[in-house]
Amino acid sequence: MLARLTRELEALLGPGAVLARAEDLILYEYDGSVEKARPDVVVFPRSTEEVSRIVRLANRYNAPIVGRGAGTGLSGGALARSGGVMLVFARMDRILEVDYENLRAVVQPGVVNFDLTRAVEHAGLYYAPDPSSQKACTIGGNVSENAGGPHTLAYGVTTNHVTGLEVVLTDGEIVRVGGKSGDALGYDLTGLLVGSEGTLALVTEITVRLSRKPEAVKTLLAVFESVDDATETVVEITARAITPAACEMMDGWTLAAIEEYVHAGFPRDSGAVLLIEVEGIVEAVAAQAEAVTEVCRQHQAREVRVARDARESELLWKGRKNAFGAMGRLAPSNYVLDGVIPRSRLPQTLRHITALGRENGFRIGNIFHAGDGNLHPIILYDPRDAAEFERAVRTANEILRYCVELGGALTGEHGVGMEKNELMPLLFSEADLELMRRVRDAFNPAGRLNPGKVFPTGKGCGEVRMKAQAEGAPPL
Amino acid sequence: MTPPAPRAAIPGLVPAYEDYAHCTHCGLCLNHCPTYRLWKLEADSPRGRIRQMILVEQGELAAGPIFVQHMDQCLDCRACETACPAGVEYGKLIEYARARIARDYPRPLFSRLARDFVYRRLLPFPRRIAAAARLTRFYQRSGLQWLARRSGALRLLGLAERERLLPRMDDDPFFFERLGQIFPAQGTRRARVAFFAGCVAQVGFARLNEATIRVLTANGCEVVVPDGQLCCGALAAHAGVRDAARDLARRNLAVFQKDSFDAIITNAAGCGSTLKEYAQLFSTEEPEHAQALAFQARMRDVTEFLATLGLSAPLKSLPLRVTYQDSCHLLHGQKVKDAPRQLLRAIPGVEFVELPYTEICCGSAGVYNVTQTEASLELLAEKMRHAAKTRAQAIVTANPGCLLQLRAGVEMHKTGQEVLHVVELLDRALR
Ligand SMILES: Cc1cc2nc3c(=O)[nH]c(=O)nc-3n(C[C@H](O)[C@H](O)[C@H](O)COP(=O)(O)OP(=O)(O)OC[C@H]3O[C@@H](n4cnc5c(N)ncnc54)[C@H](O)[C@@H]3O)c2cc1C
Ligand code: SF4
Ligand code: SF4
Repeated sequence: MLARLTRELEALLGPGAVLARAEDLILYEYDGSVEKARPDVVVFPRSTEEVSRIVRLANRYNAPIVGRGAGTGLSGGALARSGGVMLVFARMDRILEVDYENLRAVVQPGVVNFDLTRAVEHAGLYYAPDPSSQKACTIGGNVSENAGGPHTLAYGVTTNHVTGLEVVLTDGEIVRVGGKSGDALGYDLTGLLVGSEGTLALVTEITVRLSRKPEAVKTLLAVFESVDDATETVVEITARAITPAACEMMDGWTLAAIEEYVHAGFPRDSGAVLLIEVEGIVEAVAAQAEAVTEVCRQHQAREVRVARDARESELLWKGRKNAFGAMGRLAPSNYVLDGVIPRSRLPQTLRHITALGRENGFRIGNIFHAGDGNLHPIILYDPRDAAEFERAVRTANEILRYCVELGGALTGEHGVGMEKNELMPLLFSEADLELMRRVRDAFNPAGRLNPGKVFPTGKGCGEVRMKAQAEGAPPL
Repeated sequence: MTPPAPRAAIPGLVPAYEDYAHCTHCGLCLNHCPTYRLWKLEADSPRGRIRQMILVEQGELAAGPIFVQHMDQCLDCRACETACPAGVEYGKLIEYARARIARDYPRPLFSRLARDFVYRRLLPFPRRIAAAARLTRFYQRSGLQWLARRSGALRLLGLAERERLLPRMDDDPFFFERLGQIFPAQGTRRARVAFFAGCVAQVGFARLNEATIRVLTANGCEVVVPDGQLCCGALAAHAGVRDAARDLARRNLAVFQKDSFDAIITNAAGCGSTLKEYAQLFSTEEPEHAQALAFQARMRDVTEFLATLGLSAPLKSLPLRVTYQDSCHLLHGQKVKDAPRQLLRAIPGVEFVELPYTEICCGSAGVYNVTQTEASLELLAEKMRHAAKTRAQAIVTANPGCLLQLRAGVEMHKTGQEVLHVVELLDRALR
């Protein structure tokens, strides 16, 4: 069966675009997350038509289908949980059109987020959604996860910047939704598809909004002796209705590792820092920076540093954007969580997370989008110790449960994938989930597109995940 | 992690579990890797290569032809190190993987003989390098080259592209004659340095070496060129031929230990990167390890050294639009980024423009252009496309290998640009 499917795929795409040897497949069983699952065959389409033909072919064999961009996802979204055919979009990496007048770009899904900005910055433009992984992740992956980033606070997430899509449906049909001006009439299908984690359709072309670089930008680094001072500053900034473009918090003890990588001048001995950016017209920026500084000082900031030039600001951001990776210096492995809480609950939540860590024997770092309450606790662990990993997963679930209890959410931007699907009932009633299932079934009736994701499978989550790690995926 | 078969231990540094485990498979390095950018295959990405090494170490993947192919296809450009926030020292890992391959994997006979000849029988012997260079010079001058190119014989042998990459053997006497000489500083002496002359560079880049000495002496450096120095061993180390690299390192350590210098200078980023990591060729128990640490602490790339010392020689104006291609082993291997730019900007009249994607390898990568010609030429074509767009009159770089590659690129793509080493441009501004 599998051998025949592989041969047919090779006939369709040519030999260089199909991988089926065990030596190759083993390199597609991971992404940026802690999950694991192996596909049966990996293909590299170059056009929408090829995608459509692959889907039709997979249908004849009843094979599961999963899309993959750069594999930087943090919830196992791009893993073939039930095996089957994996479509890697990395070779569909052309920028098809840049419409400077209407501030739109039409791109293939494999275009790397930051490469789009690089291509249009000569005209003073950029692509606003800026996940920390932006130099590596693809826009197709961003669309599927509805990725956010530090500047989400002011500019919104991916869905606010996508106006149209071309997708391939599970029957192989090619459909366009939205366009340069969005969905004017009828259902907002573009909005529905963005963030659907590759479970509704395969995205083959994306029309995005381009933004103009602001007239002025100021980047501030506020250094605090304690985490509480930092979190209370964030609460107060929000309360005073000051709206920075970005407001990120980093734990003091994580900064040593980050500083080792960037040499940006982060303190090595603080309790926490806030990285705050204000943007806009020159006068407004000056006033906002002043207001932010004042709040920081009122909350015992020991230093508020304003980046002198673009280079210094870039370095600070480089530190923030590489922070998760830099944690790799501190422990053999780490588990990045993603939860949302109301901003006003920040101080108590961080205290709770630290306590949970201590109880379970973990150091938990916090590097996150404080401005919109999107937490990213990072649990450091050693993957050689299976019991320790299990404990890490349990701790993670407790943290997420706590977020939900406070009126927050299970994920802010990394998606549900196969990481948090079992936890969905914490947030949604059976009726909610049933409605979502009916939407999925309308697009993906056989459930063969990215199976085992988003919806609970009915098994205990820690248990499922441990099994996936131990055994890989079942064969086709 | 235990090796599958008890074979002779690989000498020198052996990576520990943590060296691999720091890789959290985040994927942030992917788009920085030239081979991933070309083929978009996990197997030819840093993350995928590290995973394959781990699997081989764990005995879950055979160190067979597939593994060897992906390790061979790595440029060892180390762009992934610059990109990696977790601080994975990829260079260490790939060199160890290649040493393991050299020990365990039976390559085809011809490839084995060729590797043995180049790394063990040619590069360590200056006289043989000189003899090979005379042959090349004869080939280039006698009309044989003209004949070979015109007759289509090269194309027939599949060598047309590779032949263009042969260094143009300098008409000047080979640099070997300079070994043992001392060049006094002009004006007040500001530093006393030793010059590391390289191996093939002594026949193919004698003029570059002369220019380097002129620039150093003009800026107040006394330059000693110690006799007895040999090839640095970089090519052997990259190829996993550790015994040859270790022999060369021992000789060089002994030669440069005899006298004391403020710095040891090289104009070849590729050599510099290995020279600065000599200690990795020896385990911490071996006596050479400590010697190597002392040696590498004084090792400097010529651009790095001059930028720190500060230019004191008066420079005349060179009205020229110039762009800079980062040599991988300077930027990624030695983390030197600003120095060459600083020096270029210091030349009056020079208009400096950044080259887009300058941090991506040009495809030269030691012997990569010979062993993986197709990939190398694809990278070169992309490089030339960006270089042409800068409208620079000269492409400047910091390593002889890059010079050869870029010169071939300029010829193939007819961009009409000049290709120079940073010190060559400085030298031109001296007079
Ligand atoms: C260090 C680090 C920092 C990160 N920071 C952020 C951050 O700040 N904000 C944030 O939101 N995320 C962040 N992420 C998570 C991740 O980078 C994003 O989720 C990103 O959008 C994934 O893109 P990708 O190309 O890697 O997609 P993949 O991981 O390959 O895939 C993600 C999902 O998209 C689906 N998919 C991919 N392409 C298509 C397609 N063409 N059609 C249909 N489905 C498709 C896959 O099936 C999968 O479900 C971070 C990750 C890392 C490792
Ligand atoms: S090498 Fe570094 S950047 Fe690349 S996947 Fe590993 S940790 Fe991430
Ligand atoms: S050394 Fe260069 S070619 Fe090799 S994996 Fe790293 S970036 Fe890629």
